[in-house]
Amino acid sequence: MLIAVFAALAVPAAAQQPQVAIAIRDTGFAPAEVQVPAGTKIELSITNEQKVAAEFESTALRREKVIPPGTTGTVYVGPLQPGRYEFFDDFRPNNRGFLVAQ
Amino acid sequence: MLATAIIVFREVLEAALIVGIVLAASRGIAYRGAWIAGGIAAGMVGATLVAAGAETIASAAAGMGQEVFNAAILLTAVAMLGWHNIWMTTHGREMATSANRLGSEVREGARPLWALALAVGLAVLREGSEIVLFLYGIAATDEGVGGMALGGALGFAAGAAAGAALYFGLVSIPLRHLFTVTSWMILLLAAGMAAQAAAFLVQADYLPPLATELWDTSFMLSDGSLLGKVLHTLIGYTAQPTGIQVVFYAATLIVIGGLMRAIGRRPPSDQTGRSRDAAGTADRQARRTA
Repeated sequence: MLIAVFAALAVPAAAQQPQVAIAIRDTGFAPAEVQVPAGTKIELSITNEQKVAAEFESTALRREKVIPPGTTGTVYVGPLQPGRYEFFDDFRPNNRGFLVAQ
Repeated sequence: MLATAIIVFREVLEAALIVGIVLAASRGIAYRGAWIAGGIAAGMVGATLVAAGAETIASAAAGMGQEVFNAAILLTAVAMLGWHNIWMTTHGREMATSANRLGSEVREGARPLWALALAVGLAVLREGSEIVLFLYGIAATDEGVGGMALGGALGFAAGAAAGAALYFGLVSIPLRHLFTVTSWMILLLAAGMAAQAAAFLVQADYLPPLATELWDTSFMLSDGSLLGKVLHTLIGYTAQPTGIQVVFYAATLIVIGGLMRAIGRRPPSDQTGRSRDAAGTADRQARRTA
């Protein structure tokens, strides 16, 4: 019974947000520009495909998360106003990308 | 190499500024050098362990281990800084008014410097673990061990110099004002850390942001600029704060500041014991000279 209640609570919560996958490669973010819906919470799945650690960071979104090599980290953002939000790899600040909320 | 130095500098800066404030706030205390150096050394050891266990931490708490870990570290540091400040309201005046003959409790090192040492250690741990991960990556790829070592050393030296500059600026303040200034700085430091902890808890989806962007001053001063980063550390400046960050900031100011006032105002007759009497006498002396 309890398990059924938890499952009922957990599944819709997890399914609610749109998911977006971003890869961090030696060449930079892929894709470097990501379209997302405005006004709703979004789940970013960030996979570090490099052999070294990366730190996904965005001052506009107030997010920072170290992603160890070969792993995927989840970062929730939003609900966002329509606009362009820059993010970067704090360990390689030349690698930058944008979240475009529409 | 220069790029490496700049990144290390930015990471070291935050911890170095905190060390500078803490050293100034503990001026004249027996063994403060040993306490603070111990805190820094423990923080460095901890930073290496955290970096080595980064993957384990990241995968804990359903993938939100890093956020929980950072928030816990920051909130512990807030508690330590708050504890120090509240303690200072009862003993600071004694220290300031008897600068040349420090009170017995202070001289004997009974002052709870462990709180400040722990706060320093946690700051070094947090920033240090990122430096270790970053430098490890540099050594493994672009620049090799030589570039990593040189860039790292340069960045570290520049960050430490900034901390030293803050320290020497602060200790040039006359002693009877110094502890008032450092108490305020520690209060704002603690409030900024609490707001940062709130940001991590929102990132982990444990707390609602309340408002995703209460205001935006990034056109005047961005968080990414050097001044923005310095002010972020010193007073918790955030160009685009969420509502919950402002709530945490204000709550920290009110709770710690309120306790400082409440305890500082307690009349001397309420206090017992010899050292408390001495503090009371110093209080009255301070009021007369003020």
